[in-house]
Amino acid sequence: MASRPRAHPWMANSAPGVLEGMLAEIGAASVAEVFEQIPADHYRKAPLVLPPQLASELELRRELVARLRRNEDCERNLSFLGAGVWQHHVPAVVDEIVGRTEFLTNVWGSYQSDHGRNQAWWEFQSQLGALLNLDVVQLPVYSWGCAAGHAIRMAARITGRRKVLVPALSDPERLSVIRTYCEPPEMAGHIAVVTVAADPTSGRLDLADLRAKLGPDVAAVYFETPAYLGTIELGAAEIARAARAAGAETIVGVDPVSLGVLAAPGDWGADIVTGPVQPLGVHMNCGGGVGGFIASRDEERYVRQYNGFLVSIAPTAEPGQWGFGLASSHQTSYGAREHGRDWTGNSTYLWAIAGAVYMSLLGPEGFRELGNLIVARARYAQRLLAAVPGVRIVWPDTTFKEFVVNFDGTGRSVAEINDALRARGIFGGKDLSAELPALGQSALWCVTEVHSAADIRRAAQTLKEILQ
Amino acid sequence: MTAPREFHAARWNEPLVMQLGRPGARGQLFPAPEPEVAEAVGEGLIPAAVARKDRPQLPEITEFEAQRHYLHLSQMTLGMMGISLFGTCTMKYNSKTAEYAAQRPELAEVHPYQHPDTLQGVLSILHEFDQILRALSGMDQFVFQAGGGADAAYTMAAVARAYWADRGQLGQRTEMVTSIQAHPCNPATAAAAGFRVINLPLEEKGYPSLQALQAAVGPNTALVMINNPDDMGIYNPEIREWTKAAHAAGALIFYDHANFNGVMGKLSARELGFDACMFMLHKTFGAPKAGGGPAVGAYGCTAELAPYLPAPVVLERAGHYLLDHDRPKSCGKIREFWGNVPQVVKAWAWARAMGAEGIRLASDISVVANNYMDRKLAEIPGLQRSHDNIAVRRMEMTRWSLGPLKEETGVGTVDFANRMADYGIDPWWMSHEPWIVPEPFTPEAGELWSKEDIDAWIAVVARIAREARECPEKVRTAPHNQPVAQVKGEVFDDPARWAMTWRAFLRKHGAEAARGAA
Repeated sequence: MASRPRAHPWMANSAPGVLEGMLAEIGAASVAEVFEQIPADHYRKAPLVLPPQLASELELRRELVARLRRNEDCERNLSFLGAGVWQHHVPAVVDEIVGRTEFLTNVWGSYQSDHGRNQAWWEFQSQLGALLNLDVVQLPVYSWGCAAGHAIRMAARITGRRKVLVPALSDPERLSVIRTYCEPPEMAGHIAVVTVAADPTSGRLDLADLRAKLGPDVAAVYFETPAYLGTIELGAAEIARAARAAGAETIVGVDPVSLGVLAAPGDWGADIVTGPVQPLGVHMNCGGGVGGFIASRDEERYVRQYNGFLVSIAPTAEPGQWGFGLASSHQTSYGAREHGRDWTGNSTYLWAIAGAVYMSLLGPEGFRELGNLIVARARYAQRLLAAVPGVRIVWPDTTFKEFVVNFDGTGRSVAEINDALRARGIFGGKDLSAELPALGQSALWCVTEVHSAADIRRAAQTLKEILQ
Repeated sequence: MTAPREFHAARWNEPLVMQLGRPGARGQLFPAPEPEVAEAVGEGLIPAAVARKDRPQLPEITEFEAQRHYLHLSQMTLGMMGISLFGTCTMKYNSKTAEYAAQRPELAEVHPYQHPDTLQGVLSILHEFDQILRALSGMDQFVFQAGGGADAAYTMAAVARAYWADRGQLGQRTEMVTSIQAHPCNPATAAAAGFRVINLPLEEKGYPSLQALQAAVGPNTALVMINNPDDMGIYNPEIREWTKAAHAAGALIFYDHANFNGVMGKLSARELGFDACMFMLHKTFGAPKAGGGPAVGAYGCTAELAPYLPAPVVLERAGHYLLDHDRPKSCGKIREFWGNVPQVVKAWAWARAMGAEGIRLASDISVVANNYMDRKLAEIPGLQRSHDNIAVRRMEMTRWSLGPLKEETGVGTVDFANRMADYGIDPWWMSHEPWIVPEPFTPEAGELWSKEDIDAWIAVVARIAREARECPEKVRTAPHNQPVAQVKGEVFDDPARWAMTWRAFLRKHGAEAARGAA
């Protein structure tokens, strides 16, 4: 007797006889008959050749682990990489909660059946709103760059204008996303992206250049604090006033882990606030941990322009009880297709739950301690690195967790230095020399709460050794 | 018929997290800067003008209280802990082996800007998975940057812009043609990318006619975006003629392979004439949905379109993997970095665990199981298949209508969805907009759920249909066994009452909140 293929652990109806039983019930002689809609000449002609099946968990796990072990990671090595993904401490409770199968496998449900998830989502919005001092927060979109892109499109719809001012010293990765969202010049909806110069002595926005470029055609000014290269923007309130005077929206990007020590953007005039969610308890995940938030004041002119899910608290049929659901949802592409606000779909909502847990664990004092620890350790790193011969900090003492290190005085390129560091178990900062030639051989280093003083001394000492 | 199972969801009456705790309680401590750090950098590192002066209004709770609170919330989430035949989303088992592997530091603690020499493991997986998707689709190159199926549709629109701009025709090719039955993300992303959208209506066979497509495409068409089969389970047998008609007009044509489960291993998008396609890895390829992401829309295209892909692309050179950023014709970034890499790893694990034989069997099972379900649902009075005049067997899902039952009893699809959860069954998927049939619902059995699960699901539908006749009020006021009672939606479109944050809640509902929310 020929042996039947074994049932697959992920397919209940692959057990012997089940498929045949269902075929009998529907009166079909064969599986092929059930596919009667597909014309014969539509079936693929090329044979399907895939790598061999690893049906046993044993073999699958072995292959997964063997592959992943070919990576080096930032736990075994000492990493100073940031620039859009940052190494922060992830509390174990966050990992437990986002690993809960109910949160991992749910799809939508109803407002009642998946009430717990909806409450967690709303608590993300609420706690982030407390950090930002803003009343409306949307569930996160795909990334910070996507959040900025949507925010700029919101501003263009609100103002009816089609130009956005952005810092010349923008992260090229985020700026590329923004340009995609702003559409090419051939499109009728194109939003012109115009850069504003940086003050070469501080890296901050050049207010004179900003004022010169602000005009009745500007929909929004977008800037970040801390900025891409780490600088805390001291003129933020002034930028917002200038934008408002010109009838433009002020869109800001902020790092949420800085908000225990930096003023809340809702308090100094930001209209639409964006930022990354990855620092709020999400692992770097090789860049797959990113998400971006959008927030604003609770005014209809903003609320009616959001693209995604705005979770609102609402009463239930039981007096005194509260549930959750989606506010102003008809404007999404689910409800309005091509007439909706941009589009929405699957996003990064699991990271909203991570963020909710993370913010509740830290509380007001945790955020204050975290911000103080990061800025102190990052400034300490600046001092130690600057003491290495030939190494210079480009804008010392203006930054939060990231800062620009220049190596021109060493006679070595960033690439050479990072290669030598990597051979010693250290990942140096992101090489800026190709994207910002004016800064010479410079790198963007990131120091957070995960870097102890001893780690920083090791980095400085190793740098000194390899530059000798 | 199987009797529906008695079920009651957890009901913790859980307070809002902002209502928990006590002043000064702590859930995470951070060390003070080391003495040598403090000495070197001094005080006042944040200029007073930008320093935070207020205390953010966050909860003050212990580590255990945070854990307990969010565990309670997870327990009040049905997820797919019951039976979820949520159509259009292809509910699958999400492998814990793959999940735990992705949580290892060799992936979780990896930075995308590490030197490629330190990323060979993950790059080898991405490269092999690209090859797997090429084999399944016939396309020449895949990228994983898009954060979901909709974002992959947006990627298509961005690639089309770059393709036509490179030919100097973007000013002329301004239109995207699709079906009214296509997923809303197709028209929405094309519109957000700047294209004018033309929606073709369905005709008597359940899909737009070839003549309608031929009349719609022309020198202004940039792109056609279409799914097949559609969400009603109808396969357009003229799809080869569609791709020819698009190409005859000079246009690109994109296969939204959201409904791949019934045809995987059987069809090749390339052989059918498509220029590009997308797969949802959080759906067809077994990665978890996580309530709406992180997700991946894997986008693949022909060599002709590949120069316009968002960078980077994973390449292999003599057994060494690298990231190609030097793509001068690229459409630009869709999203930062290279995509939700852990989800790609989980999808690769799914494809490896299934193999070609498992993938073909899964498509067999999903289509047979849907037809079995169709047969059983047809025995319940008051239910009607969409396009009931079309007698052919449907694909892996079928759009159904409760129209007759609603007319008879006043009980509709939303009432059903609410009531199903009382039996431990996940509320069903109704339909994307626009609703083409009244009171729609769309079950999809896939390859995960057993025949017994399907029978149990149908028994619940039959029970609720009976309740609709015998005690309609019970269904209309459902659910009764859930974490909360029916949510009253009037506030959701009322600016005076909606509240997206605790701050807004206190401002608008302070008095009610003081009486004790949640």
